[in-house]
Amino acid sequence: MPAASASAAAAPGVARIATTYREAVRAAIREALARDPRTFIMGEDVGRYGGCYAVTKGLLDEFGPERIRDTPLSESGFVGAGIGAALGGMRPIVEVMTVNFSMLCLDQILNTAATLRHMSGGQFSVPVVIRMATGAGRQLAAQHSHSLENWYAHIPGIRVLAPATLEDARGMLATALADPDPVVIFENVMLYNMAGEIAADAGAVDIDRASVRRAGRDLSLVTYGGSLWKTLAAADELAREGIEAEVIDLRTLRPLDDATIMASVRRTRRAVVIDEGWRTGSLAGEISARIVEQCFWSLDAPIGRVCTAEVPIPYPKHLEDAALPQVPAIVAAARAALGR
Amino acid sequence: MSTAREAKPHLTRPHVLALLREMLRIRRFEERCAELYQQEKIRGFLHLYIGEEAVAVGVMQALLPEDAVVATYREHGQALARGVAMNPLMAEMYGKQEGCSRGRGGSMHVFDAATRFYGGNAIVGGGLPLAVGLALADRMQNRANVTACFFGEGAAAEGEFHESMNLAALWRLPVLFVCENNLYAMGTALAISESETDIRAKAQCYRVPSAVVDGMDVVAVEAAARAAVAAIRAGEGPQFLECRTYRFRAHSMFDAQLYRSKEEVERWKERCPIAQLSAWGRSVGLVHDADIAAMEAEIATEVQASVDFAEAGSWEPLSDLARDVTTPREAA
Repeated sequence: MPAASASAAAAPGVARIATTYREAVRAAIREALARDPRTFIMGEDVGRYGGCYAVTKGLLDEFGPERIRDTPLSESGFVGAGIGAALGGMRPIVEVMTVNFSMLCLDQILNTAATLRHMSGGQFSVPVVIRMATGAGRQLAAQHSHSLENWYAHIPGIRVLAPATLEDARGMLATALADPDPVVIFENVMLYNMAGEIAADAGAVDIDRASVRRAGRDLSLVTYGGSLWKTLAAADELAREGIEAEVIDLRTLRPLDDATIMASVRRTRRAVVIDEGWRTGSLAGEISARIVEQCFWSLDAPIGRVCTAEVPIPYPKHLEDAALPQVPAIVAAARAALGR
Repeated sequence: MSTAREAKPHLTRPHVLALLREMLRIRRFEERCAELYQQEKIRGFLHLYIGEEAVAVGVMQALLPEDAVVATYREHGQALARGVAMNPLMAEMYGKQEGCSRGRGGSMHVFDAATRFYGGNAIVGGGLPLAVGLALADRMQNRANVTACFFGEGAAAEGEFHESMNLAALWRLPVLFVCENNLYAMGTALAISESETDIRAKAQCYRVPSAVVDGMDVVAVEAAARAAVAAIRAGEGPQFLECRTYRFRAHSMFDAQLYRSKEEVERWKERCPIAQLSAWGRSVGLVHDADIAAMEAEIATEVQASVDFAEAGSWEPLSDLARDVTTPREAA
């Protein structure tokens, strides 16, 4: 497990508490439920089971079955119901067990949630928050391990978030719930056990800006979600070779914060994008295109991409590891961008 | 005249005339739409409700203003019967920004916040989960509203139909499911697409109380809808109403109707809901020729006014193309 060392530096005098990514998400859900009677959470096994990834464990006792609402295995039905409930004045949080299962409710997200405001001429907003687990690394094979964030980032009308730090796990939900439009939040399964410290009074964070998690002058490494920690590890390794990499955590995958990316690339003149999605049609491809459109004359080298191999994620550990972006591949891509 | 809170229709002269008028408004509006389509004033897909007017008009009698309606892409009838004004509806058909959805949706995507009309959904079955959610919101906020959800028998083949029946029954939500069984999903007959052609049986297996009604008889539809809505308001959970009806026109304007015979269409036309109510009203002395003539004249004026309104309407400026994709942040 990565240690959450890229979290915001402790301000003097502010108490710190130990937490995990899972606990931070749970604290955010608990706070949202306590603050707003319109908020409830529903999804498969969120109540009695405590959540597939134990995120909602304990909340049923605290808030009861109306607001910690177990659903049948009906992704399209209950996500659509979440959209309807949002239209009806509630502020639902809908949990979809993994992004792979969300293919069964993609229709509701794409054709209903994302279209309603524009298609109705601005009459109806859909303030729903849909959380889902994403990513590989737990040997769950080809139907539980994919990273399809980019499919959602393709859709106008929704906002797509990928909290990678404890602060964002704790703080993005509140801001997402305050957003009048649909928000999809991706939680990488490899981050749930990540431990660290956050400010005791940690709360809402912005969901508009990318964040520079490590400053550097030699090249820009652009990433998000579970790949952030691999990228930071790669940056440490590069630093030992005298290469100072800047690491950008996108945080919000739609709309992309071009300004932060381009400001970095214009300074470093080199970029590598690290994305757990498949390369073809990837978010890494989109970011590369934007860099070329906006920073072409600043570039000193071709843009590099480190993505997942174009295979269904296999079960055996050695093959799964080989399929995913890993530290050595990031380091190699960075060196290549520097001509080393 | 009957009020929506009553459990049974009262066939007073004003009420019978009101039912007749509502059905006739839909019929004449859509006949004009078909002409406007030929003139290329209306483009895209145009799905006419002609023949099925009794379903929308009958069901709406049971609803209150604070109730919600979810409909399909064949929803002009529901919109008019629900109270969406004809002028913005026609402007929507034209795609003008004076339309009820600013012209963005067209025929298939009529929305109207004032009457809680939530589309205008053109993904078959897609409106059912939405209705479940609207009802869930009402339940969780202790509002006594009902959500009426219209869909065709073709939707019964979709997973969302089954998921929604189960959710609504499981959580005892105040949804009136209205299946408009017009026998064909586009051109595919029920018998060649379903192993079980009794749609009611599908709802019943989720323990949703269900009724089948003659969808060509507006009074029968109203009576059944009132009974179902009364049960919902009494806390008995969702109810299912299968209305057996028939679409007299093609599925859309591109349909050569190869899948059904002219004889079949003619047989159903003999059961036209407007002609039936009109004939019955005359036979019992509730409707007179002068009523019909006055009604036709008023409706002709209303339809013409809606065409004039749409013609005089304006195109949304290109600068507004991306407006309302998301809520402006300053307004959030």
